[in-house]
Amino acid sequence: MKLLFEKSVPGRRGVCSGPSDVPTTINISDDLLRDESAALPELSELDVVRHFTELSRRNFGVDTNFYPLGSCTMKYNPKVAERIASYPGFAHLHPLLPQLRMGGMLTQGALAILYDMDMLLREITGMAGFTMQPMAGAHGELTGMMIMAAYHRDRGNNKSIVLAPDSAHGTNPASAAIAGYRVVSVASDEHGVMDMDALREAVTDEVAGIMLTCPNTLGLFNPHIREICDLIHSVDGLAYYDGANLNAIVGKARPGDFGFDIVHLNVHKTLATPHGGGGPGAGPVGVGEKLVPFLPVSIVVKRGDGTYALEYDRPKSIGYVAPFYGNFGIILRAYVYVLMQGGKGLARVAEHAVLNANYVKHKLQDHYASAADGVCKHECVFSTTESMAENGVHALDIAKALIDRGFHPPTVYFPTIVREAMMIEPTETESKETLDAFVAAMIEIAELADKDPDQLKAAPVTAPVSRPNETAAAKNLNIASL
Amino acid sequence: MPFIPHTAQQQQEMLDEIGQTMQGLFADIPAELLPESFNLPDGLSEQEVRDRLADLAGKNSVDLTLFLGGGFYDHFIPSAVYSIISRSEFYTAYTPYQPELSQGTLQAIYEYQSAICRLTDMEVSNASLYDGGTAMYEAITMALRITGHNKVIVDDSVNPIYRVMIHSYTKNLQIDLEETRCADGLANRKEILDRLDNQTAAVIVQNPNFFGCIDDFTDLAEAAHEKGALLIVSCYPTSLGILKTPGAMGADIVTGEGQSLGMPMSFGGPYLGYMASRKKYVRKMPGRVVGETTDREGRRAFVLTLQAREQHIRRDKATSNICSNEALCALTALVYLSLLGKEGLRETAQRCADKASYAYQRLTAIPGVEPHFKAKWFFNEFVLDLPCEAADVIARLIEKGFAAGFPLSRYYEGMENSMLICVTEKRTKQQIGMLAEALESVL
Amino acid sequence: MVVDGLRYTKDHEWVKAEGDVVTMGITDHAQEQLGELVFVELPDAGNEYAARKEMAVVESSKAAGDVYCPVAGTVTEVNDALNTQPELINEDCYKAGWICKIQVADAKALDDLMDAKQYQEYLETL
Repeated sequence: MKLLFEKSVPGRRGVCSGPSDVPTTINISDDLLRDESAALPELSELDVVRHFTELSRRNFGVDTNFYPLGSCTMKYNPKVAERIASYPGFAHLHPLLPQLRMGGMLTQGALAILYDMDMLLREITGMAGFTMQPMAGAHGELTGMMIMAAYHRDRGNNKSIVLAPDSAHGTNPASAAIAGYRVVSVASDEHGVMDMDALREAVTDEVAGIMLTCPNTLGLFNPHIREICDLIHSVDGLAYYDGANLNAIVGKARPGDFGFDIVHLNVHKTLATPHGGGGPGAGPVGVGEKLVPFLPVSIVVKRGDGTYALEYDRPKSIGYVAPFYGNFGIILRAYVYVLMQGGKGLARVAEHAVLNANYVKHKLQDHYASAADGVCKHECVFSTTESMAENGVHALDIAKALIDRGFHPPTVYFPTIVREAMMIEPTETESKETLDAFVAAMIEIAELADKDPDQLKAAPVTAPVSRPNETAAAKNLNIASL
Repeated sequence: MPFIPHTAQQQQEMLDEIGQTMQGLFADIPAELLPESFNLPDGLSEQEVRDRLADLAGKNSVDLTLFLGGGFYDHFIPSAVYSIISRSEFYTAYTPYQPELSQGTLQAIYEYQSAICRLTDMEVSNASLYDGGTAMYEAITMALRITGHNKVIVDDSVNPIYRVMIHSYTKNLQIDLEETRCADGLANRKEILDRLDNQTAAVIVQNPNFFGCIDDFTDLAEAAHEKGALLIVSCYPTSLGILKTPGAMGADIVTGEGQSLGMPMSFGGPYLGYMASRKKYVRKMPGRVVGETTDREGRRAFVLTLQAREQHIRRDKATSNICSNEALCALTALVYLSLLGKEGLRETAQRCADKASYAYQRLTAIPGVEPHFKAKWFFNEFVLDLPCEAADVIARLIEKGFAAGFPLSRYYEGMENSMLICVTEKRTKQQIGMLAEALESVL
Repeated sequence: MVVDGLRYTKDHEWVKAEGDVVTMGITDHAQEQLGELVFVELPDAGNEYAARKEMAVVESSKAAGDVYCPVAGTVTEVNDALNTQPELINEDCYKAGWICKIQVADAKALDDLMDAKQYQEYLETL
């Protein structure tokens, strides 16, 4: 379809602002002004609305249909949270108000929410303090790594290595590198969990810490998790919990009780805030008692008179990782979700997320090659079968065939330790009928892989476009219409 | 329980089918690791949660007349912006990994990249970063990668909020971050040129700067390039409706806070970090990028491209660790810019400048109130000196219903009596007049 | 495909000795693993590298790989054609798809590399 810019009609106006109530005078020297107005599109309001409505119809969200994207926890995003975030008392609140004298009293509602959310997240994760500043999961990781670096600097430790499993998300090594650490990868054993012998060998005085998801990217809970944390602590290292997979255990078990020192949460996963097509998210970071002094500036505290205030005097803090208090609008949505679920609701979330994943795993295990035996947690991983491979059918073909059947594909080719991986995370908000329909589509595709593999390789045929040429895109770069 | 569809009967059917019990599904977690109980409240109904949050919203003072800016602005937002970005096909989607199902998000990001390039007069833009401060940090690491140098010079007329952030972020990198003290409200040429050497990776300046003053950095771009360094310019995008562009000044990387393009202030976020650069540096640019290509039938299609630079492929060698960015905020900015259009953005910027100019005249006419900087051009913010402590005056004006400005002593020594005043197109002549009267009455 | 008369590294670079200047590139196995290349980040002539130091990057739309310096030395010439035609590596990795020429610091270092037969055997173990 046409670009906005191609629909532009010179002289057409969208929003008009009416006459000005002050004199219009160019009070700025000519050589400081731009020569020509920026070449933005010239469209009516209806032109713009139609353009974006058409674009939205070329998109797919959780509200469209089942979205079992592994490790992304694409659960339903409650509408009430959107409504509350748009309350003028939140949306129109200027972030600098608390920096005015007595200004904290102008934002007591917002500070109360940040404080209460801190308390709730402490209880959910078993940590001693939180920062709401990180604006995404990877940003939380980076913040966690900066806290780790500050801790070791404070202790006079000279460490250079962070351990991570070979099944780790790519953000782990990238975040560690920015904090000045080198990542050493630890192998998984034949069951897909961290190999304890390999770990024992890797743990030296050089080790600053370990980054782990638990359950891991295969959807498996590592029963040695406490032992792993203890081993890291034995060299004064810190254990970092990547909260990407918290949905599997939320309300049931807590990373703090496993022995983790630093935790980040992806609220756009576990706590149901929308992902926005790639953000904004939020990645609050929680730490154990000994790391609280290193948390970013500022922290909300409750005073004796019941009012809330921002504490800026934190000499050991890593400083600011966000301009103010993080993505407040997103933290607010997550807060609404936690309040509505309550403790019992959160436990049910984990139970049903795990039930749904095991149900899908059970139903598909005769049709695809399961990457791990036994009970999984919130997600399950499959590969193509040998006969599919012989027919030249790849995970990508199966993914694209699902599109033609009305479903979003699972995550494919991750974790990288599984060949032709398909990682399915159904989440707790999907009904049995939806799961059954998805399973039926997957089985039909498995049968086609034998009977008519070419049909799968041609998929999708019902989407707005067929498979785009990614090589041409990278080679003949066209990333802006100028 | 909210948002969980299974009936008790269905739950049992499913457990039977897989031959498990609910306890059995969690038997892999060692019992000694489980808490005895959680000290969490009972869940609330939708009505209860709405009532409670409405009560909390009421404890925030949003009825003050805002003359407070400092990089975060109260601009008019057309209704159609919210209406469009509330379409759930956009906001309930994940990152566009499956291009066939994500052409809406992908095309919108491509159009956003195009709009940012057109606004800044640059050649390439990424799909967004978290906010203006992290965008500045990412620009620094990009400049380090491009030049192989390790010194960065930043003038203190750059937003102090960004400066504290880049100090936090660069603590673990072996770089030499030097600050220069601005000269009469503008980036300090003498100090910058003194420090600029062939180990310098970047010079960072801002336009309009934190004090609202407008500059032209063409000279700094030339000086930086002579030493093999880059010029990074942070820029308030609304001002580009009328001001000379960083591209025309010779900037190599342009970053900034995009909140002014249709996002509410929301107590600090979500906002939008934007970044634009030159084509020759595109492979060193962090963040996601969308490119145009064709599908198998030769139809126009959009995909995430240059992914080989990103963390999921390059891991520790990636250009950045960023994964989720602020896609919905980028969409918001694009919708805002299309609704205003070419003439509308110019008009908005012009009106900001006009109203600020009017406010400047009204306020400096008050006995004892003086402009802090002499004969400087400003956009929609300016610094006034008061006969007494600014923080105190601002506190007294809050009682009269105004968030009248920002006390500069918070970030700058020797500016106890100075306040930064911001005027957007939303402020009326009448409100400006009332502020002038109120200020006069409290002095 | 492995070509006789060249030396090979475990990181899948090949080296062709011509006096104390060697020509290097990546092997057929490496280009096949990466898929169609879209970009090559070449080293600058004059740069000095220790053996096994990263000297170039090859990128396809879905993968990227570091190219390591096979023997210590100084880059004397790079294959500029790769700037506009990275696919030369896919089409003809041992000839038209060469990456750069290196003035080697110590020609004896070449003896540490595998010959065609050893590299073929090495590939079979992967």
